[in-house]
Amino acid sequence: METAPRFFRHGPSLLARLVFFVMLSLILMAVDTRFKYVAEVRHVLSAVIYPLQKLATAPIAIYDNVSEFFKGHHLAGENAELLQQKLFNQGQLQRLQALEAENAHLRKLLDASERVEGKAVMAEILHIPRDPFNRKVMLDKGSQSGIQLGQAVVDDDGVVGQVTRNYPWVSEVTLITDKDHSVPVQVLRNGLRSVVSGTGKEATLELRYMAGNTDIQEGDTLITSGIDGVYPPGLPVAVVSKIERNPAYVFARVTCTPIAGVGNNRQLLILSMLPSTPEIPPEVIELKPNNKKREKVGVR
Amino acid sequence: MAFVDHSKQQEILRPVKSSFIVLSLTLAMVMNLLPIEGLAITLWPDFVALTILYWCINQPQRAGISTAFIMGLFMDIGNASTFGQHALAYCIMAFVALAFHRRLSIFGILKQAPQIGLILFVGQFIMLLTGLLDGSPFPGRNFFLPSITGTLLWPFFSSLLRMPQKPRSDNDVR
Repeated sequence: METAPRFFRHGPSLLARLVFFVMLSLILMAVDTRFKYVAEVRHVLSAVIYPLQKLATAPIAIYDNVSEFFKGHHLAGENAELLQQKLFNQGQLQRLQALEAENAHLRKLLDASERVEGKAVMAEILHIPRDPFNRKVMLDKGSQSGIQLGQAVVDDDGVVGQVTRNYPWVSEVTLITDKDHSVPVQVLRNGLRSVVSGTGKEATLELRYMAGNTDIQEGDTLITSGIDGVYPPGLPVAVVSKIERNPAYVFARVTCTPIAGVGNNRQLLILSMLPSTPEIPPEVIELKPNNKKREKVGVR
Repeated sequence: MAFVDHSKQQEILRPVKSSFIVLSLTLAMVMNLLPIEGLAITLWPDFVALTILYWCINQPQRAGISTAFIMGLFMDIGNASTFGQHALAYCIMAFVALAFHRRLSIFGILKQAPQIGLILFVGQFIMLLTGLLDGSPFPGRNFFLPSITGTLLWPFFSSLLRMPQKPRSDNDVR
């Protein structure tokens, strides 16, 4: 082997190279899931891949623009319809404003903290990853547009997910159906609090650890409770679709369906505020040494 | 074994430009990142894996496990998966392809396809294992469909990648 000319020498053997790279990827996987140290590397690589993502969505964007152009002659009718809709909405909005004012007044009377109102940033879905092991989407707005980690993402019907990674021009949203994602909710009918978790399956959520005799019915609407400090309170999340109460088990099996079209939207709203959470009083911290975990409800 | 009649398969190809390898890998990545939906998404083959396999079999000096690893990292970002998941699968696929590249290049393109299918299946199986270890439920048998479409696509795909290296027409050579 030592006499082999330079051309035939290839450095370490194939197997050695394989072992090296396999170890490297295993270490990367462990570091990424457990310690989140590789965020910087991810940022750099995402900047490289961003033009490709843009290029991949270009045909769809062009198609949209062209079809919009040809839809031009429907505009007059649509405009009239929209005007009507606007009038109707304005009526409703006025009622809402009155209610809001009344609510603020009553809250002030009760000395309760006012609910923080936030702005929303519109973002478009850039790419839906094909990985069947996580439910995520990439949006075309990133930290350059002021998107921060942990912001809630909604569509016109309800909660879609939460920003879990923000790259400069792209952000990654974990959908509520992801297996590692939970949302603190309340049953709209009776105010029962719980946490709804994703299952990793399409359009399926579940309420875990609900006792068999809990007052919950099929068709109940779940709204965000807001106690996590991540999701603003009152956003619709899911509808209870199936309850299995088996006396053999301690807990009932509650399956829910998300209200928002989690998988079938192009435009989404990123709610650009995190409601200020009241500080935890010092005596609670003393009582609960593991208070770190509470801050992370919903993120995991 | 290598002296078996190779028929027209063994026509002498022109050397591959490195820029073409990079371009093909980039285009494959764009194909993987296309925003597709519905049935297409369950059938869409992994073009990056196919391209890596093609270059590992046909240009083992140029493309190797390190190429596969880097492409895997890019796909991890693009697919928002755990960092290293695709890299691991691609590395092992590239290893199998490199270990058998002499044998594979003897076969014609059509006969290569089932063996490529097996390598693609191995890659998907590794990804499935990493997913299951991460706590995901089994994604269903449809998960393996892309390796079948990849197998069916292989003859077209590899002849497409071979096209720029085809020798010039006869009257050019004389």
